[in-house]
Amino acid sequence: MRRRSFGSWIWVVLGSVYFFLPLAASFLFSLRKLSDHLSFEAYRGVFSDAGFFLNFGSSVRWAAITIVASLLLVVPTVYWVHLRAPQFRRIVEFITLMPFVVPAVVLAFGLIRAYARPPLELTRTPAILIGAYVVLSLPYMFRAVDNGLRAIDVRTLTEAAQSLGAGWATVLWRVIFPNLRVALLSGMFLTFAIVVGEYTFASLLAWPAFGPYVVLTFQTKAYEAVALSTLSFALTWASIGVIQWLGRAAPGQAQVAGAR
Amino acid sequence: MAFLELKNINKTFAATAAVEDFNLEVEKGELVSFLGPSGCGKTTTLRTVAGFEIPTTGSVVLNGEEITKKAPHQRNVGMVFQAYALFPNMTVADNVGFGLKVSKKPKAEISKRVQEMLALIQMAALGDRYPHQLSGGQQQRVALARALAIQPQVLLLDEPLSALDAKIRVELRTEIRRIQQRLGITTIYVTHDQEEALSISDRVVVMNAGRMEQVGAPYEIYNYPATPFVAGFVGTLNQIKCTVVDAASGVLAHNGQRIKTDSLIEKKDGQLTVMLRPEQLHLGVADEENQLKGKVDHVAFLGSIIRILVRVGDAILTLDVLNERGHTLPRVGEEVTVSFPPHACWVLPGP
Repeated sequence: MRRRSFGSWIWVVLGSVYFFLPLAASFLFSLRKLSDHLSFEAYRGVFSDAGFFLNFGSSVRWAAITIVASLLLVVPTVYWVHLRAPQFRRIVEFITLMPFVVPAVVLAFGLIRAYARPPLELTRTPAILIGAYVVLSLPYMFRAVDNGLRAIDVRTLTEAAQSLGAGWATVLWRVIFPNLRVALLSGMFLTFAIVVGEYTFASLLAWPAFGPYVVLTFQTKAYEAVALSTLSFALTWASIGVIQWLGRAAPGQAQVAGAR
Repeated sequence: MAFLELKNINKTFAATAAVEDFNLEVEKGELVSFLGPSGCGKTTTLRTVAGFEIPTTGSVVLNGEEITKKAPHQRNVGMVFQAYALFPNMTVADNVGFGLKVSKKPKAEISKRVQEMLALIQMAALGDRYPHQLSGGQQQRVALARALAIQPQVLLLDEPLSALDAKIRVELRTEIRRIQQRLGITTIYVTHDQEEALSISDRVVVMNAGRMEQVGAPYEIYNYPATPFVAGFVGTLNQIKCTVVDAASGVLAHNGQRIKTDSLIEKKDGQLTVMLRPEQLHLGVADEENQLKGKVDHVAFLGSIIRILVRVGDAILTLDVLNERGHTLPRVGEEVTVSFPPHACWVLPGP
């Protein structure tokens, strides 16, 4: 047993080195803006640039709107498929996989061609970007919700709630959503991470966002750009931490045994 | 007018009839079981009362109001499922109080009612537990309390005990009957277990292939089955193929052995079938009774009873003997005589 666990640890260490070394190197690099000593000068530079707040703020806003839109689209759809039309599950799953099949560049040009002129002229509004992001989030959101719904007996729980006097909205809000809490959080987190770091759509559809801003910064300010990358990693990890913590507090799902 | 009426219910799923021409009147406070093999339409019929299925034709009338197409959440009908279906994110107390909370009852009233319900199912101390911390039997009791908390007009139980252990099943069915009688609540109970149906029901509806075979008190269903299906499905039944000897006096014969019946024989000749319950047969010679000679084929010790299989001609008869200490069991291959009174015979025309 000991030998075996020692062998496993070697792989964990090697894996960790592979992942963390570039991060550590980037972080160190970002501290070397002043050539004589380590400092947070690059970070000060980032935070004193109004462009950072504008672009990052935009990305967070796009992410928030995308999450709401995606949830409103995916949860009722997948719930309905589970409840009434299980034969369509595979078709819905296939549709949600589209962003993996169609490259973002192709999708972006397709959107521009389709929506740059009447009757649906959307390229002047952020709706086109949100629409693209919702499509991009589909595989993650679908999978998260689908897994969550499979873990509970959706049909019987729905019928039990209905027989107790609950209408559709109450069933969704009080029974389905709470039992999907962890699944929804992971879908929301993945969507957030993808949208905040997205480059192609934001750049081609020409809306302010964090991705294009980082690329632009790279062209002129190397230290600040790496500082930005480090910050976005820290943000991602902080989100993971929050999700984990919230997931643990969900009653009946995470707690396996013991008094509370 | 009955409290709950099901009139001419037909339900068709993609050209197959699940329920055909179902008619039933249930009185207030009555417990009626739907009994039948899986796929006989019993659950579909129950679900038309709950509102989860809309009958293709026919109507459901509850307390004078037609509810055939009313949405399930507007019916005030309590339902208990085989899979318990407790909400995993809520405590036992919140589960029981769910229906009251949805109908926006004041908090004090909810907690009072929840306490009453928990006391009723003898789980007053477990209100803070989550469903996954309870045993199957406890979960199903909570589901029962949850369904009863909304003071439904009708309680519907869909195979509520099928997922439980044999011992818990017997305990819980007695408890369900006790609570049902105490509250006087009109109840429909779906089951495929004939013992369960016979033991707790006021009336039993036996169903097969979407149709009602017989409706009656458990005693009637068991002792006076209306169709061969009911006779075979409810309890064990021996079948002996016979030929007519003397139709006027009800005398038949099986492999040359004479069988006297009390039944009126309409056929003058040809084949008939005599049906007999195992508990009406006994070993040994008795006066004024039919006596068939045979050989012991198998002996099964079942605890309180001993089930003996005897080969008579080309038929195998099953008979049950009460177990007593010091009883000597017949040996396999032993020659025995099986006796039964003429009135025990139930004669079916045809082989």
